[in-house]
Amino acid sequence: MTSARTDGVIYAGLIAFGIVGPLLFPGYTNQIAIMWLMVLMASTWDVMGGQTGYNSLGNIAFFGIGMYASAVVQIALFYDVGEYTAAFGAIKVEFTDAQYFTGLALGLGLAGVIAAIVSVLVGLCVFGLRGPYFAIGTLGVAVAMAELISGWNYVGGGGGISMPVFPGEAGASSLAFYAMFFVLAIVAHLFLRWLYSTQFGLALNAIRDDEDKAEAMGLHTLRYKLIAWAIAAFFMGIAGAVFGNMIGFIEPLEVAFPTTTFGIFMVAMALLGGKGTLWGPVLGAILFHVVKELTWTYLLDWQWVALGAIIVVNIVYFQQGILGWAQDRWPAAFGLKVDEGGDDATPAGAREAAE
Amino acid sequence: MLDNLQILIAAPALAADLLIQGVFIGAIFALVAYGLALVWGVMNVKNLCQGDYVIVGGYIAYLMAQSGINPILALPIAFVLMFMFGWVVYLAVIRRVVDRDMFTSLLATFGLALLIAQVLNLIFGPEVRTAEAGFGTFFMADGLIAIQWVRLISLGLAGALALGIVLFMRHSRMGRAIRATAQDPRAARVLGVNTDQVYAFTYALNAAICGAAGVLVSLIWVIQPYFGIVYSIRAFVIVTAAGLGNLPGVILAGFGLGVAENMSAFLLGAEFAVAAVVSMLLIVLIYRQIQLYRVRQVVR
Amino acid sequence: MTNIIEVRGVSKAYGGVHANTDISIDVPAGKITGLIGPNGSGKTTLFNSIVGYHPIDTGSIKFEGREISRLRVPQIARLGMLRTFQQTRIYSKMNCLDNMQISVSHREESLGSMFALRDRGEIIDRAERLLEFVGLYAKRRLISGDLSFGQQKLLEFAMALMNQPKVLLLDEPTAGINPTLINGLIDRLKRANQELGVTLFVIEHNMRVIMNLAEQISCLAHGQLLATGSPDEIQNDQRVIDAYLGAH
Repeated sequence: MTSARTDGVIYAGLIAFGIVGPLLFPGYTNQIAIMWLMVLMASTWDVMGGQTGYNSLGNIAFFGIGMYASAVVQIALFYDVGEYTAAFGAIKVEFTDAQYFTGLALGLGLAGVIAAIVSVLVGLCVFGLRGPYFAIGTLGVAVAMAELISGWNYVGGGGGISMPVFPGEAGASSLAFYAMFFVLAIVAHLFLRWLYSTQFGLALNAIRDDEDKAEAMGLHTLRYKLIAWAIAAFFMGIAGAVFGNMIGFIEPLEVAFPTTTFGIFMVAMALLGGKGTLWGPVLGAILFHVVKELTWTYLLDWQWVALGAIIVVNIVYFQQGILGWAQDRWPAAFGLKVDEGGDDATPAGAREAAE
Repeated sequence: MLDNLQILIAAPALAADLLIQGVFIGAIFALVAYGLALVWGVMNVKNLCQGDYVIVGGYIAYLMAQSGINPILALPIAFVLMFMFGWVVYLAVIRRVVDRDMFTSLLATFGLALLIAQVLNLIFGPEVRTAEAGFGTFFMADGLIAIQWVRLISLGLAGALALGIVLFMRHSRMGRAIRATAQDPRAARVLGVNTDQVYAFTYALNAAICGAAGVLVSLIWVIQPYFGIVYSIRAFVIVTAAGLGNLPGVILAGFGLGVAENMSAFLLGAEFAVAAVVSMLLIVLIYRQIQLYRVRQVVR
Repeated sequence: MTNIIEVRGVSKAYGGVHANTDISIDVPAGKITGLIGPNGSGKTTLFNSIVGYHPIDTGSIKFEGREISRLRVPQIARLGMLRTFQQTRIYSKMNCLDNMQISVSHREESLGSMFALRDRGEIIDRAERLLEFVGLYAKRRLISGDLSFGQQKLLEFAMALMNQPKVLLLDEPTAGINPTLINGLIDRLKRANQELGVTLFVIEHNMRVIMNLAEQISCLAHGQLLATGSPDEIQNDQRVIDAYLGAH
């Protein structure tokens, strides 16, 4: 991969931007927060899609599950959820600061855990599916979740839930949620960076390249896939919980399970940057989000159409992504295709033994 | 749910009504699924914008009804227009993904689905529409079974369309070329079949079938820009359940799904109708997987 | 001399085709055993039955005295019995070293070994040595899909050794390999057997190779076991000669 030095510069730049960004452009705090969310989505999608070769169209399901899990936890700690949702926001529950933050902390944590548990259960059902069947099956899971929640009155059904209100002024709340997304994105990135440098990352790549061979070599393929998916689901669950609290009002179709927006964006962003690489999804997400936000206002009503067109063009004409293209163009810069010396080169271990 | 089940048992006529309505809808599902099976079998493209072609066809009928023309006449027009539209889409997008891995075609058509839905939303707005053909209703079994003439007509039209396509596939030159390409594209190419043209035709034919089905949907039901994806999922349920290249199976599964969906909507409540369809998809997929697993690996 | 694999009365039919009928073969531990036979005589089917790709109709397959005919591929692999493929299979988008590192044995897997950092420690040493053993050390950072077919076969062989199997089933190791490289390959197979103590069970079409390599050979024809014996016995067995010449 890129050298440690370039990595350091990129990290320093990103972290500096992450801290200074909202201070310099206070009006865009939410936009930048969403950018970190996009980075998180693309990166965690890539765990299964890029690294393991299991292209999921349903990762957004864990986003929504996390969102609803945290909502229920935050309310249920101090109030009866059924009554609260039945009133459709008519009941204004006053949470004390202590109550709010305990609820939030517990809600975020449980959101991740519950999403991960659901991912394992779903994974046991769908991991026998290969290729396009897996993609369709996971899409089905996401759509089914949205519909089930819509019909479940306990959590507000199609009407949604108003989330507990963040104590303090508006500026403070948006900064707080910004910080959560920023930290979450950084933590997830560093975690994945470590993950891909372990045997676990190699196992995922092996499954991607030839799953039958991996099985023939004795790899516990199902175990690896379940853990990988649970990792993605865990982060998506927390992200969903933070997003729900940031928006303040959640409902199943547009906010919690946006299959046709965030759900497909995360795939498109990972492909744009280059799937199967650590930095590709990050690059793709930042680029996608910035371009989207910059052009949004000029496109009037056509923004969604343009977005659909961009996704199609991206997939059809530029599927290897920016980093994939760069790797093909300058392989040596990525440490690939290095043929060292003649046949007489010897491994370091053997040399030491000989000396 | 149990209450509704009791109603069904107490009033068999009501159950018969649900059954008949399911058959009407199922005929349309079968058409859409047949188109998908065609594209899937011949080109190995999993077309996720199947349902959006249906909706576009529906809006063509809606436009004609708005301008005072009987929407039933929209059937041939939608067929021709969607054929051309499908051909254009093939040239612009599908042609470039036919030979790539299947996820690419899936994703590309998913992107197309979003695109079409958004354009429709811009033009027609998010309201639910229907094309009024102006036929009456007749009743059976003391008014418990209501059959709208338009549904009966649409069933007949769907049948005629299906028959026409089957005859075309069996006897025309292009139909034979399509079947040859489905079996072995390489051999077909060697024997002088222009597979590119066959692909284009197949894809366009699929779009046309979907468009015609959409006209029927707008006649007997409602359309809305974002309803497409559910039709796509239904088509996948049917094709996966029946298996590729199993035409009677596709038709049977289409009717089966129509009835099952109607029944479950009544039993579970309309808000769970889509969830029921999607659950059926998952059940079918998982069943197929277990079947595959048993054949492939489990040593007993 | 103990037998590490004991195949007893194994039959396998696909539809109406009897690919294997009542086959019994022993593979002695620590030796090289050969399996020959004309095309379509059921050699690969037998391999697939042993390593668990499909159910067998009748018979028993024992590995180290344990019945394995109901186990599945990954479980059998973890017991220490691996196979290579006729159509070479490697992880084609990863470089050679990564291919080797992920091929370690998964017999006893712990969280520690699952999440162990790569490119360090005992694993990388062993990977490099084995790559050197098959002559691919200089190409260790090349994407394995870019290697020539012969090199990919060598890499697959090295990956199998990385797994430290007790038995290795090789399906036509010399098919498609440049004839000038075959002697080197025979030498490496023998060294793997002698120095690393891996029992080899080899399907081979090249008579010169198998006579040179194996200590005991079984010959299949039309899905049935024709003869078992030393290379000399097999070479002079009239039934084997007839099978290869097509006489019945």
